[in-house]
Amino acid sequence: MKKPGRGGRFAVIAVPYAWLLVFFLLPFLVVARISVSEMETTTIKDIVEWKDGALAITAKLGNYLLLAQDDLYLRTYASSLVYAAVTTVLCLVIGYPFAYFMARARRSLQPALLMLVMLPFWTSFLLRVYAWKALLTEHGLVADAIEQVGLDRALAAAHLIPGPGQLMNTPFSLILGMTYTYLPFMILPLYSNLAKMDLRLLEAAADLGASAWTAFWRVTVPLSRAGIVAGAMLVFIPCVGEYVIPELLGGPQTQMIGRTLWDEFFSNNDWPMACAVAVTMVLLVIVPLAVFSRYQAEATRQAS
Amino acid sequence: MRVLLENRGFATGARMADDAFLRIANLVKEFDGHRAVDDVSLDIAKGEVFALLGSSGCGKTTLLRMLAGFETPTSGTITLDGRDLADLPPYVRPMNMMFQSYALFPHLTVFDNIAFGLRRERLPATEIAQRVDAMLKLVQLAPYARRKPHQLSGGQQQRVALARSLAKKPQLLLLDEPLGALDKKLREETQIELARIIHDVGVTCVMVTHDQEEAMTMASRIAVMSEGRFLQVGAPAEIYETPASRFVADFIGNVNLMDGTLVVDEADHVVVDCGDVQHRIGHGITGTRGMPVTVALRPEKIRIRRDALTSPATPDVGVNRAHGTIKELAYFGSFTVYHLELASGRILKVSQSNAERQQGAQLTWGDAAWATWTDLSPVVLTQ
Repeated sequence: MKKPGRGGRFAVIAVPYAWLLVFFLLPFLVVARISVSEMETTTIKDIVEWKDGALAITAKLGNYLLLAQDDLYLRTYASSLVYAAVTTVLCLVIGYPFAYFMARARRSLQPALLMLVMLPFWTSFLLRVYAWKALLTEHGLVADAIEQVGLDRALAAAHLIPGPGQLMNTPFSLILGMTYTYLPFMILPLYSNLAKMDLRLLEAAADLGASAWTAFWRVTVPLSRAGIVAGAMLVFIPCVGEYVIPELLGGPQTQMIGRTLWDEFFSNNDWPMACAVAVTMVLLVIVPLAVFSRYQAEATRQAS
Repeated sequence: MRVLLENRGFATGARMADDAFLRIANLVKEFDGHRAVDDVSLDIAKGEVFALLGSSGCGKTTLLRMLAGFETPTSGTITLDGRDLADLPPYVRPMNMMFQSYALFPHLTVFDNIAFGLRRERLPATEIAQRVDAMLKLVQLAPYARRKPHQLSGGQQQRVALARSLAKKPQLLLLDEPLGALDKKLREETQIELARIIHDVGVTCVMVTHDQEEAMTMASRIAVMSEGRFLQVGAPAEIYETPASRFVADFIGNVNLMDGTLVVDEADHVVVDCGDVQHRIGHGITGTRGMPVTVALRPEKIRIRRDALTSPATPDVGVNRAHGTIKELAYFGSFTVYHLELASGRILKVSQSNAERQQGAQLTWGDAAWATWTDLSPVVLTQ
């Protein structure tokens, strides 16, 4: 068999790189360019101008300055990050035991359990989020149950809903919707990580005097760190920019950046401002992504 | 090797029933109706190094896992130092195990791996550090304390695993195929090192192995296991020189097994007729004339030469000797193995140590040769 030469190897790597270049980097540069452009009623002015034999580059940074100074934008960014973080933590708390019991279930049962986790994907995401509206609205199935057990009073006390009985269009309904939607993205990487774990390590821990609880915290959790990081990133990153769920389940209190973006584009028709918002959001998301890939590289190195 | 012999002498001397440190009584473990361990009883004295030897699936690992508490016996009892272990979960049993392929925690350093058990006892940090350092010195890994397991060689990982299982000063050390994951050369070195450490620490030890050399060099006593039962329990030499059954003779080392009939049955000797070979064997057995028996004869206890010498060792012409042609020959350096084909077609395995450097006239393929042995060489098996 002929060994693939440098050309072959380059071709294999070139395909994904070309994809990213054409469908991610170029559009992003277009967006970044618009974000520093001036608007003239309905047209966007070029930032590079050739006038009287002089090359003039006009980059309007006013949009970014506004973003950094305007309380509304800052609060929106902050609340996006907070909602994404809360959702991530909730997904982890609910998803970890889920993934753990799936990974420790009988081998023959595991494909079925995995199927159940993925089952929601068979139905449109939009429909499922919309269904929550019906469940949470007054006299909705879930709303009634929550009122019955008195959970709404606790939620009101925590300022997650304005008052007892008012569940829809609140921080509560938003977080509920996001947690529900993104839970599988937490469970799947955690499951694949936990299923790979060498169970003899738990026996070794027990042999050395660790109770099941201690062994879980000292061995299972540290060893599943790569899965936790992967799941957290898969939940956190899309949550920051989430538009549909805040639109359907959120309310006036729950301004998120995706909504702001929509408003700038379609209500204010201010494309440069909208692009500035988008670029800033991408940068906000790139930081955790960089952390994620660093962990991944480390995990791969440790595994080899 | 002196260490090993001392160790062995001590332990065999201490082997008395009322002295039992670990007592296994009528232990049974069933999996779906199949008996993995079938009514096993055993006493192990303090300081003994005991090996459970058998091929895979013989129940030795299940027995070890019941000692550690990872499997619950179907019936029977295990007592350690007079204390019934039945209700003790693994994490409170006063014993530690060195796992097959070690099960070191990959996310912890060598130091933290060894300290893991000590930290569970909530010892003060300074004491933990002292104990871990002592363990690292014992296994000669002090410079590697900050490394992660994946940065160590197989032999070093094995020593970390040993240090980790000894750190809590267990009353009983369990070893599951302690050298199984090492290659041959390293295994030979580690075997002696491991035996030295266990002896220095003086811990009572039960090991599981499928490797007879490992069992014989390290253990003071061996139990040969098959299908969940002990076939023979004894010192290594005992098991090798006087196997109790065909299975044990065949399992431990190389052997020529010859079926025959008991023709002379005296108090001090017997004669067995195997058709083409007559054996005069210098020990009596409990049997009757005419009963079918098997003669076991180890290859290294046979001499092979070009001509039949009559010597005081083989007084009767016609017994304890055989004539044939050399069918196969394997030169191992320190010794040579010959396959001698007798006129009847029987193959007799003979191994001869190469005490002198081989010169021109040695035996080779197709040569006719005589095999001779003394009446102290073979052993009669009735099972």
